[in-house]
Amino acid sequence: MKGRTMETSTDRRLSAAHPRLKELLFTLRRFLKNPLSVIGLSLVVIFGIIALLAPVLAPPKYPDPFRIPHTGFRIEPSPPSAAHPLGTMQQQYDMLYGLIWGTRSAFRIGVFVVAANLLIGIILGVLAGYFGGAWDEIIMRITDIFFAIPYLVMAMALVVAIGRGLKAVTIVLIITGWPSYTRVLRSDILVTRGRDFIQAARASGASHLRIMINHILPNAMYSVLILASLNIGTTILTAAALSFLGLGSETGTADWGQIISLCRNWIVGAPGNRFAYWYVVFIPGFVISLFVLGWNLMGDAVRDIFDPRMRRR
Amino acid sequence: MRPAGAGALAETRDLVTNFYTFEGVVHALNGVSVVIRRGETYGLVGESGCGKSVTVRSLMRIVQAPGRIDSGAILLFLNDSDQGAGIEILERTETYMQSIRGSDISMIFQEPGAALNPVLSVRDQVGESFRLHRMEQMIDETLAGLEESRRGMRSGSPRRLVRALQGALLRAESRGFKRFAAAVSRIDAELAQLESRDGAAARIRREALNYARDRARPRGGASAVARRIPLLRRYRRPLDATIRRHVVELLRSLGIPNPANVAERYPHELSGGMQQRIVIAMALACHPTLLVADEPTSNLDVTIQAQIVELIKDLKRSTISSVLFITHDLGLVAEVCDRVTVMYAGDVSETAAVAELFARPLHPYTQGLLASVPKVDQREELSMIPGAVPNLIRPPEGCRFHPRCPRRMEVCSREKPPAVEHLPDHWVACHLYPPAVRKAAGGPT
Amino acid sequence: MTPDTLVDVRSLKKYYPVTGGVFRRRIADVKAVDGVDLALKRGECVGLVGESGCGKTTLGKAVLRLHKATDGRIYFGQDPALVEKVEVMLAAADPAERSRGRALARTMDLNRLSGRALLALRQKIQVVFQDPTNSLDPRMLVRDIVAEPLTAQHLVKPQDVESRVLELLAIVGLTPDHLLRYPHEFSGGQRQRIAIARALATSPEFILMDEPTSALDVSVQAQILNLLKRLQAEFHLTYLFVTHHLLVVKYISHRIAVMYLGKIVETGPTSEIFERPLHPYTRALLSAIPVPDPLTRREKIILSGDVPNPIDPPAGCRFHPRCPHAREICRTAEPPLAPVDAGGRTVACHRWREI
Repeated sequence: MKGRTMETSTDRRLSAAHPRLKELLFTLRRFLKNPLSVIGLSLVVIFGIIALLAPVLAPPKYPDPFRIPHTGFRIEPSPPSAAHPLGTMQQQYDMLYGLIWGTRSAFRIGVFVVAANLLIGIILGVLAGYFGGAWDEIIMRITDIFFAIPYLVMAMALVVAIGRGLKAVTIVLIITGWPSYTRVLRSDILVTRGRDFIQAARASGASHLRIMINHILPNAMYSVLILASLNIGTTILTAAALSFLGLGSETGTADWGQIISLCRNWIVGAPGNRFAYWYVVFIPGFVISLFVLGWNLMGDAVRDIFDPRMRRR
Repeated sequence: MRPAGAGALAETRDLVTNFYTFEGVVHALNGVSVVIRRGETYGLVGESGCGKSVTVRSLMRIVQAPGRIDSGAILLFLNDSDQGAGIEILERTETYMQSIRGSDISMIFQEPGAALNPVLSVRDQVGESFRLHRMEQMIDETLAGLEESRRGMRSGSPRRLVRALQGALLRAESRGFKRFAAAVSRIDAELAQLESRDGAAARIRREALNYARDRARPRGGASAVARRIPLLRRYRRPLDATIRRHVVELLRSLGIPNPANVAERYPHELSGGMQQRIVIAMALACHPTLLVADEPTSNLDVTIQAQIVELIKDLKRSTISSVLFITHDLGLVAEVCDRVTVMYAGDVSETAAVAELFARPLHPYTQGLLASVPKVDQREELSMIPGAVPNLIRPPEGCRFHPRCPRRMEVCSREKPPAVEHLPDHWVACHLYPPAVRKAAGGPT
Repeated sequence: MTPDTLVDVRSLKKYYPVTGGVFRRRIADVKAVDGVDLALKRGECVGLVGESGCGKTTLGKAVLRLHKATDGRIYFGQDPALVEKVEVMLAAADPAERSRGRALARTMDLNRLSGRALLALRQKIQVVFQDPTNSLDPRMLVRDIVAEPLTAQHLVKPQDVESRVLELLAIVGLTPDHLLRYPHEFSGGQRQRIAIARALATSPEFILMDEPTSALDVSVQAQILNLLKRLQAEFHLTYLFVTHHLLVVKYISHRIAVMYLGKIVETGPTSEIFERPLHPYTRALLSAIPVPDPLTRREKIILSGDVPNPIDPPAGCRFHPRCPHAREICRTAEPPLAPVDAGGRTVACHRWREI
């Protein structure tokens, strides 16, 4: 009972505000009501802060900050110590430095790749869905081809073709990632296009561009946005997998996949002391998991909020 | 509580059903009391959100997920033995309800396309009702048929042996059904006795009996094994033929042209009107005591609607005892129903015989509703009810109609009006009609 | 053809192709509208009645130019004398005359207009759809929805838009505090009012009413019907009122056109059609209306069977397989829509005189 009166009083305060603001606040309130979405958001924010403050948290030693400093060339990793709070990897690369600057790489790959995917996906999806006909036929057959080849295999082949390195991985992920966005957006546009308000807008003399921007995209965008927020985690995992396979960045680059790749020989220790090098596997693995978990929780929250079945009428 | 009287078939008392949605609690039914009498066509009429569909869904206990029946009672008086107190179905198990749904009470829905399974042929779907509720009779008929054909055959011929084997297995299945039916009726008899008794022992016994009833299955002995073996499974073919014959007969009795052909079709091959006939056939397969029709013609065209309405009226005369007809169309009510209840926003506004209600509407809502429908001889401007149906998450206090009522009084916003029998057998829930002589407090019948 | 004709539809056809096979070849046509003539006078409301799939909505959308008709002409606001001249030329035997007629029709026929000429006409033709939940963009504010026709064609200066919208809202019975709200905050009746306000924004001459009250509750339906009636008188609007609800049509329309399977089978003044329906289909349709009065028990004509498939309509009169009065001629010859009397009644039936 108390909860309801409180809510009505907030409602009353809100009703004075502009409706768009009201809508935003309502969405935000929904978002913050869900503990999982708050956890997801905090994880992403924490990683964001780490990435922003990387020069402060781990001052670079070389002109290229993405090169991890290493003290010596000893093969065997060393456990956490005062000099290396999270221990070192093979060839004495500093784990903490690698993870901190690796956060930057992760954001760069994840956000950049997904943003580029989204852009390509929206352009092609709109062409296919709104204009249909030959556009639709061509674009959809291309996506069919992409879907017919196993994702990771195609990515590996392309990286090999383009040449190793973080840049190549990014380009390849952009090339291989867009078809799912195009497909989802196209089908949503097809549904939206048939609705009466589009017909009403046409009867009012609105141009194609206006209908697309004012009516179709705002109503058809949600599935794609949800897909994008869920895909950031997957993208980072794929990039890490490519690096782990040795197709990503060069040895010693601050990139999480690269770090795990450096540690793969030390997953199991010598007989009698199987967990001697637990830190080289556990710490980066844990960090990647947290990062992906953060994005996935946020993606779930975004989906819950935008899901038309969940929205208030 | 007023006794329902000898005529009642089903009754709800102060039924409260709420839907617990994300936005809040939707107070869909606000103490609904209705009585469906034996042998009548009873109409529930009202606008969207008035609770007419929720009422019947509660009555059949098929209220869906966020919805829950929170209080009240639902009584069924299906046969003479429970004519006294009735069966309180809210206290019965789900299995019991399943045995009632489709056999004693069956339902047809607004959207026939959604009520039919797209991958089953008409024969399989209509036959399903026979299989579920009238298997015993089907087996007996098949056995009789087998016996007949066996007599014409030479003794010792292989075909005669096959017939004998089929007969034996079917008889085993039939015995299983008979034992099962006997067990269930024994349990039901004991439950009926316990119904009136209170106390821990009776309660425990009741639970035990309900459990036993849930667990009871017809056991067919050898036939149960044979049914799982590929070639032997064919012993049931004569049974399938019997069911098919019944399906075709049923379709023919519903005036479906070329029933043998239609029986082999799939739902998408049929038009909307034909689909609705198939749904009706499924509902009628077990000679229900009560047919619940939830807006059965709202999605059909006028000429097809006329066909379906005519069919339901014919069936009412010939086979079904009572019909509960739900609609928003006052014209249909006038044409189909004997007695009608007008609902508004989860409240029962008025109940009366159809002619009486249309001649002397008492409730201001009923009056407004009748005046706002265009008539055939409409000359003057349509009168209208101002405003819109309220949101049931925060319904108006007191009488839920009062914000739109042209004759509202001060009391209307405070108190929910009781149902009063203002004229003989004409009940109305409105403060304009105060209970003059306080008879036994009770709901409208 | 009377001098005050606003909309004149001539032998309009709309076929939807049915494609099949690997190469999506056209294998058949759904003949949704198959040769319809219909004229609407300025300021009148014509009810277009028929069952689902009879082509009434397709016809309406062709007049709106939401899709292009396969064949036929739609004259909107043209000089009737000129229209008549063009029609005569188009029907002429001389091919040169016919091609001159086609050239003339190209500038007058709504079905063939494009670009600016079409945009200019769009201001005069508006629509109100059946389901306001579907016809209002859920992500737009009421202000933007109602202003859409004005801003889309820059008809009003940006600073004047809001005052015009407020004026429109007042006309349909909404208040200024409804301006900055989303459609989902309204009830069905109010949403339909918003849709009506949008349709009125460009001060149109003609509004297509595509079942505007079918999705509404009975008590609200009366409000909207009364509003539409008032608006028509006030702004001298012409309505094409598409519906399957006959009593609604009776209440609001001056004239009625009955459609069956892509063709108009009967037209005439509302009261005359209700008093003396001539076509057997109209009779069955009228007798099938459930009347909200338990005391009048009328003789019902129950038609057998369903509406046939418009891909392959029956030969001859399209109604003959369901018609209780069908004779040999009905199976072979298609009856033309012929005038019955001087009062503007037409019927397409061989035997209307006898039955």
